[in-house]
Amino acid sequence: MGKQVVIVGGGVAGMQAALSLKARGAEPVIVERGDRLGGKVAGWHKLFPTFTPVEDVLGPMLQRVQEAGIEIHTGAEVEALVDGGVAVKGGGRFSGDATVICSGFDVFDARRKEEYGYGIYDNVITTVDLERMFNEGHVATVQGTAPHRVAFLHCVGSRDEKVGAHHCSKVCCITGVKQAIEMKKLFPAAEIYNFYMDIRMFGPGYEELYRRAQLEYNINFVRGRISEASQAMGGKVQIKAEDTLIGRPLKMTVDMLVLIVGMKGGASNASYAAGGLVVADNGFMQPLDPFCGNVLSGKEGIFYAGAVTAPKNIGDSLNEGSAVADRVAEYLKL
Amino acid sequence: MKRNTWQEYQKEVADDNYYYLRSCIRQNFFPGSEKAFVKIIRDELGRNIFDDPAHTSCTGIGYHSDIVLHETIMTVVARQFSLMQDAGLENAAVSCITSFGIYTEVLETWREFPEVEERIRENLYKATGREFYKPRNLAHTSDIIFHHREAIRDRAKYLLVNRRTGEPLRGVEHIGCHYAKIFPKEGIGGVEFPYVLAGMIEAWGGTVVDYPERRHCCGFGFRNYLVQANRGYSIGNSQKKLESMAPYKPDFILTNCPGCGMFLDKWQYTIAEIEGTTYGEDGKGIPVLTYEELAGLVLGYDPWELGLQMHQVDVEPLLNKMGIEYDPAAKYLMPNGKYIGRPAQAAVNMGVE
Amino acid sequence: MPQFGFSISQPRAVNLDTNDFVPAEKLLRELPELQSCIACGSCTATCTAGNLTSFNFRKVHTLVRRGEYREAYEQMDKCMLCGKCRLVCPRGINTRAVVMKIKRELGDYQR
Repeated sequence: MGKQVVIVGGGVAGMQAALSLKARGAEPVIVERGDRLGGKVAGWHKLFPTFTPVEDVLGPMLQRVQEAGIEIHTGAEVEALVDGGVAVKGGGRFSGDATVICSGFDVFDARRKEEYGYGIYDNVITTVDLERMFNEGHVATVQGTAPHRVAFLHCVGSRDEKVGAHHCSKVCCITGVKQAIEMKKLFPAAEIYNFYMDIRMFGPGYEELYRRAQLEYNINFVRGRISEASQAMGGKVQIKAEDTLIGRPLKMTVDMLVLIVGMKGGASNASYAAGGLVVADNGFMQPLDPFCGNVLSGKEGIFYAGAVTAPKNIGDSLNEGSAVADRVAEYLKL
Repeated sequence: MKRNTWQEYQKEVADDNYYYLRSCIRQNFFPGSEKAFVKIIRDELGRNIFDDPAHTSCTGIGYHSDIVLHETIMTVVARQFSLMQDAGLENAAVSCITSFGIYTEVLETWREFPEVEERIRENLYKATGREFYKPRNLAHTSDIIFHHREAIRDRAKYLLVNRRTGEPLRGVEHIGCHYAKIFPKEGIGGVEFPYVLAGMIEAWGGTVVDYPERRHCCGFGFRNYLVQANRGYSIGNSQKKLESMAPYKPDFILTNCPGCGMFLDKWQYTIAEIEGTTYGEDGKGIPVLTYEELAGLVLGYDPWELGLQMHQVDVEPLLNKMGIEYDPAAKYLMPNGKYIGRPAQAAVNMGVE
Repeated sequence: MPQFGFSISQPRAVNLDTNDFVPAEKLLRELPELQSCIACGSCTATCTAGNLTSFNFRKVHTLVRRGEYREAYEQMDKCMLCGKCRLVCPRGINTRAVVMKIKRELGDYQR
């Protein structure tokens, strides 16, 4: 029997960490609060920048996890870090020789930006809602009509002092571009507007997709943040922004306003802090350093991987899943 | 509208024992409103309110027009608190939104910079020999009417219901900028979806219609109105609101700020004169009311005693819809029966005799 | 009418609900690469005319794309057609052709 490693969270980072550790002879145990593995990714439809269906990525991974015989506990929400493991809600503990925290991020609650009326106005939705609509195969306004005009708003819950988020959530820009294109494919006659402050295309193929969005899909990019949304007649939404490139205010009504919600530190981070770990100013867990110690917590036997320490895309989270296995193996002398 | 968030934004509003801080401009614009407030609080609800002849203007308009210094206005505010202390009261009831903004701003300044408060205490003492304590509770008088809205409903003689059709009347509410845009926590319902006026309309049987430019400022803007040549900005903003709300066919506009009520009412006349545009039914204007006037109508007070004849846009269409009995002949008579004269006919009033 | 001493100020906001996009769409159909502008400002930075006048090619073509055509025609009169903007554009936009199209299509929107 190999050494046991408790993995908190069964998203892509957690699954990759478990697979890599298993390959090195350890016995990983995934403790997942949801009722299935896959994390936030499982709620998505297609992935940027290639429009790869989620199941093409998650399917093989889940199969490998199953084939590797990795022990999985779902419906187990970690409540506290305890000596040599974790305690979960409703009693029960999981112990191991090391713990890897891969509990990811929380989606920003768009209701906090009250000026956009999410949860109050018809046809103000988030990127998460739109992804669910894509999955359900039915995208329409609340009134049941096909949208003629759609606005996407970047940086909702990111780069915003008013909601205590100075950080950039990194993946939202490309998400907005991806979803704008998907909407244009679904509704070729529709006008699509993306309101942005900066377009941050950090990954391979991202900038190229942005260019295609402009050239091939006629997506209109307006540099300016929407200051407020209001309900107009017939369920339409009136928005106001400045088109900062022409230096004039701009207003329009749209059939659907999509708020591109950012990432924030997970709610469970507070319980890790109570267990002696450090939460950074941005609400995510603070790794030992951003370089060679990026998967180390600074506390012996506790490691990080994935978006628990910062906004990350799937590729980066998978890489950290592998990297953390390296450091755990070193620590456990596997 | 699923305006459910308002419940998350509550503030404490005192239930009794108010020290009334009147507004300088409301008594001219809506001369019956403050009188109605005292009557509602004292006679209808049996609460204690002290209407102090010794208090002064808060000097807020001078402050916002750059002619009264910050230090001066804080000392004026300190004097009002000192008078409240003399009266043995702790709950300040502020009638004007500008004043309310001033009081909240001054209290917040003193909280953040205690040395400023000390200096003001010294100023006041040197100037008047007075000392003061700060109010335990500070509320705008629309907060207080909101607080008592169910009690008013219990005594209602008329509801905001169309007598002929049985349908709820449609009100749009307009909140003064300095009610909650300076300190969102000071507003019932917060700043984006304030509930202070909407709650009254709903409690009294009406329905609130939201419209795209609801949050937009009326355009008063102090120096933008006070300088004649700048009034185009002021009226342009009111027009933007009126154009946005008109398609929803509101039966009335309810305001809690003297400037907003004044301008949404009077600018309808000016726009009609300049452009020939009117925004209400049958080519007339949309009646604009203060919350005390609306409460007074609901309680069955005589519309002319409430001062509604002083409005630019005639209120009779609303009175008729509510089924209120009134004497048209008494509109321009003083309480002693003396005729005060009637204004010339204007486009916004066409058809009302 | 009474003399008020002021008139009603008109809103400055670009209203995308009422603007006419037909001319802008025609321009973009003929020069689709204009849509790939990332507003870097290289064209304006290097512009011969812009060094001497308030001519701002980036701003004017953005206004045109929002359906704001007034003055675009006259603005293009300032262009000296030297072609330097086209050399510096990182998106490969045929900027001179944009100038000529605006001259050809938007004469009706002179001041």
